[in-house]
Amino acid sequence: MRRLYLILEISKTHLLSKKKQTIVAALGVTFGISMFIIMMGFMTGLNDLLDGLVLNRTPHIQIYNKIEASEYQPAVLLDDDRVNFIHSVKPKRRLERVHNAMPIMAELSNDRRVKGVTPQAMCKVFYLAGSNNLNGIINGIEVDEEMRLFNFKDYIVAGDANSIEKKKNSILLGAGIAKKLSLTVGDRLQVSGTAGNTYSLTIGGIFQSGMADVDDVQSFVSLKMAQQILGVGGSYISRIHVKLYNIEDAVPLSKQIEQLYDVKALDIKTANAQFETGSDIRTLISYAVSITLLIVAGFGIYNILNMFIYEKMNDIAILNATGFTGDDVMYIFIMQALIIGMIGGASGIGLGYLVSVFIDGIPFNTEALPTIKTYPINYDPKFYFTAVIFALVSTFLAGYLPARKAQKLDPVDIIRGQ
Amino acid sequence: MKPVLEARNIDKYFLDPVRFHVLKDINMKLFSKEFVSIMGKSGCGKSTLLYILSTMDTKYEGELFIDGQNVSSYSKEQLAGIRNQKIGFVFQFHYLLPEFTVIKNVMLPALKLGRESIEEIRAHAYHKLEILGIADMAEKKAFRLSGGQKQRVSIARALINNPKIIMGDEPTGNLDKKNSENVFNILRELSQELDMAMLIVTHDLDFAEKTDRILEMDDGYIL
Ligand SMILES: Nc1ncnc2c1ncn2[C@@H]1O[C@H](COP(=O)(O)OP(=O)(O)OP(=O)(O)O)[C@@H](O)[C@H]1O
Ligand SMILES: [Mg+2]
Repeated sequence: MRRLYLILEISKTHLLSKKKQTIVAALGVTFGISMFIIMMGFMTGLNDLLDGLVLNRTPHIQIYNKIEASEYQPAVLLDDDRVNFIHSVKPKRRLERVHNAMPIMAELSNDRRVKGVTPQAMCKVFYLAGSNNLNGIINGIEVDEEMRLFNFKDYIVAGDANSIEKKKNSILLGAGIAKKLSLTVGDRLQVSGTAGNTYSLTIGGIFQSGMADVDDVQSFVSLKMAQQILGVGGSYISRIHVKLYNIEDAVPLSKQIEQLYDVKALDIKTANAQFETGSDIRTLISYAVSITLLIVAGFGIYNILNMFIYEKMNDIAILNATGFTGDDVMYIFIMQALIIGMIGGASGIGLGYLVSVFIDGIPFNTEALPTIKTYPINYDPKFYFTAVIFALVSTFLAGYLPARKAQKLDPVDIIRGQ
Repeated sequence: MKPVLEARNIDKYFLDPVRFHVLKDINMKLFSKEFVSIMGKSGCGKSTLLYILSTMDTKYEGELFIDGQNVSSYSKEQLAGIRNQKIGFVFQFHYLLPEFTVIKNVMLPALKLGRESIEEIRAHAYHKLEILGIADMAEKKAFRLSGGQKQRVSIARALINNPKIIMGDEPTGNLDKKNSENVFNILRELSQELDMAMLIVTHDLDFAEKTDRILEMDDGYIL
């Protein structure tokens, strides 16, 4: 304790006598650390935003009917040694419905990995307004569950998402369609199903996902309405969306589902394989830039400390002569490096936070992201913590080498050199 | 009576640039309260000897006893402890830590020793400065002092842990006649009062003649 006090006392005096160099060295660390915090905050903020855009809305597992050619063709059953060549195998025509959808959904809801399941009934339609008619898709959904599980509400830019639940022939119209047909909330439009029957629907809200491909075709109605357009019964469900508590369960659970039921289960990892890579690369770049900056700052500290030690040769000799050990001398200089690191690290965190707050306040409006008003910033304390560790480790390393040199100095050589 | 410092058959070589036998079979004893000066031509090896006797230089052959302990085989850490407790060193040029206050400079070896509270150490340091007549400088930064004042501060520092021996390498070398006499008188009194032995290298014959004993060195030998 006493020794630490003494070492701290000597280091402090040394640093105070070299205020300018100390500040310059600390500034290097400050920039490295604040850059790290800004980059990480911004990059991961952006990652989370994009994740939110696609991954939050994408079901973790999608269950639908398998339309695949059977692997076993009747010819295989002929039990002789002949080799069968069968060309142009086509799958059997089947309805797009999921068989036994209700029991499957009930089973899945009881699995403790599953946060929720939502049924979907999809129908291809024409949107008719005046003399125009547009191709499109209408999804029948349970809007409460969609809002709870997939942030559905975030994508309703006008009107009320619940309107389709309240009034059966309401529709949440895709923003692209609304624009093309010059329709707004409250207007009516005609929809005709593939069977030819026409329905008149009231626009209860406008849906905008941010992806033009989707917004130009996709609309939502209640499950019942969709089943009516399709002309099918209340048990017709074309897709089941599953949301899990932990996304890591997606792959094993989807395999399990395929084994148990005669369906296709697509997990999010397979569906969005390219997505993770993008996030990872952004994170990697942030780390690379920040570490580079810290290494530069480390060299700065290394240089300045070397200079300190050169200037403090006499002090080192005197300390040695009056009974301080080489280790004491080494700790004195390591302590100086650490103090520089702490000052630089602390102000770096402050600066990084302030700049983050500033960026967070810059308006960022884009068609594609209706819920976003300013640049996204992630304030995860993890980055601040990592930054402190970085600052201390890099300054320690930068200080250690010169300090080792100081430890090995021979006082007699210094005194003779005078 | 046992000597506080004893050198037995000490030889020292410099290997660079050529092998050079600086100290040749040095034998000497120093007793408590003794005031001994070392004299000799420039380059005869006085400083070299003093660095060995003060335990700063460990590259020698022979045996060195300090306060009865054979320190020849001690580790660097142990030797630092010996210097801290038993030896006070006064340099010609290397006075003080310039950015520290005078009182801090004096306190440092005692803080390192760590036997007393900081307040006690401060009081003792102040007392030593009073003995040397520079107590009024206590809170000044060391680099603001004159040469003579600095030399007195470094004597105060050498005294702080009540060592057995004070060694000086031309401590009056760059002081004027008056200051030099002053320093001599202080050292003289201290050796009597505080039970210390003094071993001082000097070129000043007047200074040396007033000491108890003169060790004459020539070409690496003590005559
Ligand atoms: N590091 C070294 N390497 C080689 N030779 C050295 C070294 N240091 C000193 N010497 C030589 O050793 C001899 C003794 O040097 P030392 O400094 O002990 O002399 P000194 O008696 O103190 O002289 P002065 O009175 O001038 O201070 C000198 O001849 C010097 O050139
Ligand atoms: Mg000399």
